[in-house]
Amino acid sequence: MNKPVNKPMPVHNIGGYIPMIDGPEKVSGRAKYTADIVAPGQLAGRIYRSPYSHADIVSVDVSGALKVPGVIAVVTGADCDKGFGVLPIARTEYPLARDKVRYRGEPVAAVAALDDNAAREALRRIKMTVKELPAYYTSKDALAPGAALLHEKKPGNIERDVLFELGSTAQGFAEADLVREGTYNCAEVCQNQMEMHAALAEYDAVRERMTVHASTQVPYYVHLMLSQILGMDMSRIRVIKPHVGGGFGCRTETLNVELIAALLARKANATVRMVTTREETFITHRGRPETDIKLKIGMRKDGRITAIECDCDQRGGAHSGYGVVTILYAGSMLYAIYDLHNVKYTGRRALTNTPPCGAFRGHGTVDIRFAFESLVDEMAIELGLDPFAVRRANLLTAPTFTDNDLMVNSYGLPECLDWVERESGWKRRKGKLSNGKAVRKGLGMACSHYISGASKPVNWTGEPHATVKIKLDFDGSIVVLSGAADIGQGSTTILAQTVAEVLGLDLSRVRVVTGDSEVVPKDNGSYSSRVTFMVGNAALEAARNLKAVLTNAAARKLEARPEDIECLGEVYRAGKQDKGATFEEVVTEALKDTGTITVTGNYSTIPESHGGKKYRGSAIGGTMGYSYSAQVVEVSVDEETGVVTVDKVWVAHDCGKALNRLTVEGQVQGSVWMGMGQAMSEEAAYHDGLMVTANMLDYRVPTIQDSPPIEVGIVESNDPHGPFGAKEAGEGSLAAFLPALTNAIADAIGVRFNDLPVTPDRVFEAIEKRRRAAEKSPKKNGGA
Amino acid sequence: MKGKKLLARLLSCRLNGRDRSDAVADNILLLDYLREKVGLTGTKTGCDGGECGACTVLIDDKPTLSCLTLAATVQGKRVDTIESLGHEGQLSAVQRGFHEKLGSQCGYCTPGFIMASAGLLRRNPDPSDEEILEALGSNICRCTGYVKIIEAVKFAVALGKQGVAP
Repeated sequence: MNKPVNKPMPVHNIGGYIPMIDGPEKVSGRAKYTADIVAPGQLAGRIYRSPYSHADIVSVDVSGALKVPGVIAVVTGADCDKGFGVLPIARTEYPLARDKVRYRGEPVAAVAALDDNAAREALRRIKMTVKELPAYYTSKDALAPGAALLHEKKPGNIERDVLFELGSTAQGFAEADLVREGTYNCAEVCQNQMEMHAALAEYDAVRERMTVHASTQVPYYVHLMLSQILGMDMSRIRVIKPHVGGGFGCRTETLNVELIAALLARKANATVRMVTTREETFITHRGRPETDIKLKIGMRKDGRITAIECDCDQRGGAHSGYGVVTILYAGSMLYAIYDLHNVKYTGRRALTNTPPCGAFRGHGTVDIRFAFESLVDEMAIELGLDPFAVRRANLLTAPTFTDNDLMVNSYGLPECLDWVERESGWKRRKGKLSNGKAVRKGLGMACSHYISGASKPVNWTGEPHATVKIKLDFDGSIVVLSGAADIGQGSTTILAQTVAEVLGLDLSRVRVVTGDSEVVPKDNGSYSSRVTFMVGNAALEAARNLKAVLTNAAARKLEARPEDIECLGEVYRAGKQDKGATFEEVVTEALKDTGTITVTGNYSTIPESHGGKKYRGSAIGGTMGYSYSAQVVEVSVDEETGVVTVDKVWVAHDCGKALNRLTVEGQVQGSVWMGMGQAMSEEAAYHDGLMVTANMLDYRVPTIQDSPPIEVGIVESNDPHGPFGAKEAGEGSLAAFLPALTNAIADAIGVRFNDLPVTPDRVFEAIEKRRRAAEKSPKKNGGA
Repeated sequence: MKGKKLLARLLSCRLNGRDRSDAVADNILLLDYLREKVGLTGTKTGCDGGECGACTVLIDDKPTLSCLTLAATVQGKRVDTIESLGHEGQLSAVQRGFHEKLGSQCGYCTPGFIMASAGLLRRNPDPSDEEILEALGSNICRCTGYVKIIEAVKFAVALGKQGVAP
């Protein structure tokens, strides 16, 4: 990059279509994921899992396993009596079950052996004796009076219940012209990210140090839990996050895989590679819980919503995970999308004998949004109102605080509505689509929103929410050091763009180092769509600090005042006539004082964003900025087969400011499509507590042939606090797809589906039911 | 294990343009041979067998799931993995498409998609939309919603017309 500069100009790195800076590694097979790392002499790790759903453990006999040639170490619950869990208030899960097992597939013992065959053979020799207990696979059964308790300290098998009423629903319903209720059921779904869970743990017995490579979204949380589980000082632990093959939330907490690998490595005094199977990855779970919702809405004739009552049951699985947070989000995020008052929410998170659920993309908001936007659509039609008009009758005016004290500063939902209405040809085409004999077409719409990072971190330490360091040395390359975990969403690219933009430099001058606790500053991790907002703001501050250092150096070099220095990226000059100094010269000058330069940027959320104190847990939902999304879905429904085809999706997403239009589009399309999977085909099913869909054939993910074109409109509301105005782009568009789909199906065939997924057999059954009903009452010439 | 004799053979094939021979067990999968024996970890394991397409490689130019292929069956054949693509240090047309059009997000399914696409373009340099969807119908991606994958392949087709190898 030492080309002579003819017309010096700062390079712009924000707002364009910029390929990811780690793309070349990914398309050439050079990107290393955890399972790709080979350490000399590594042992193969395997986990023995409970074949029982709920049982007291009498004994775990591993003597047979230890006799298998090649077996080096075996660990059981006896090797670790410390619990883990993402929430400091709920660390009730053991890496290997002790005393009791609570779901089929829960880890009970683990083996490290010279090779995988020996490890697998050893698993077959482990003998577990138990006293079985009654097991509950539904919220209803687990919550029934007299049910055996999964956890002693959780009476009624309730992980957490939530109740709030803000305003008066009684008064609100009295003011309504129409009050309607609906019940909804959303099946449990799994992230099913492409990379199976893996960990590589290296124990250095001489120095008593542990290094763990983990496929995680939260290296810092893994670090914390390793310290707790191993009883080792944090300074003796190093966590490395290689490339990660997706997460979507299942890796936003420490998983048993990395903890067990570490326990094995220490016991074997060796390096253990643990690569789980797809089935094990499914069973490790942390997906979105099965959710039952009862919703009641009051609406005036003009579409204005006057009151809401919402009751929500989540089947949380056998351990807490993020459960407390999920059931709270479901209530708090009723707000911050529309101007709502008189809201009552009751929620229960049940403990059941199924694998633990967690924080799936759109955490806590998706199923509730499905119910809400479905019922609003139904009521709009009953009142003879256009679904767009009903949304517009309930818009917020930013800046504002909601009744539950959520801070809304930027609000692009009106523009999102306008964009999808226009682009889909809604006014022109709604109700006028050409219908064939068997295939009926329809249009449906819905909205959703999401947070740009939880304003209060799970582990409150008093530190800034995000810290970024930049190093600049003799070579003139800008090295950004960040703990932000790129899991494919492109956070590394966004950080590079942010820093390059401030300095006016070409992206090629910037390198980003992430993912190694030995080198990079701590970061809370990639969850709740926090990275662009929080780490981006920290990177912005760090880059500005570096620019100040360079500007001062340029002033010295050019014998000018710092305020007169103009930064043009590769050239710093003091006024238009000045030939100026090259970037290299400025760096050389800057290094004279201090040697290697390091600057820091920090970011903290403001207290106003932390939610209120009106009910217990009301901090959940607080964020610095909400993203907004509106969608229109066009479907074809084949009434003879029940097959629904999504012909096209129009989605507008308010991300504040698109720092990178290419990755924003990619994130929005990916989330819409993931919503489609949940809405149409994905479902975790169990037989006696065994997940029977733990493979990619039975857990039906849409293929390229099932997937529609998704047209993305980017709405930029320029959030006053976001980096360059940016908010999140990776989650907020997921939820709207589900109701937009069922609203479109209702438009096409007049049948409303309140239970997900809407599979062809469910559609077929509903059409048949209607046909039979029409035959019985010939007056109503039913149908289609 | 006891009493069972492990059978092995000398496997000779043309891997990524170079002839090589390795002693391999008869029951080893091509996927494990590539990843564990040769050290070519670009080919990914994404499922428990034949469900996801992440392990797709080309055998005599034909996209094949290496997780369902015994290594012994590629005796004397040409095997191309993701590591073989590109020319003189530059990305191939399909690689450029996936990079520049964001057909790859987390990157884990990418080698499989790229090899399936490269296989398609080698036999059919100007495929229709339907042919693209069919060729990639057994590969799962969890990030992109496939929209940009289709754009990536179309971009590669356009590059191919300018003479860039797939």
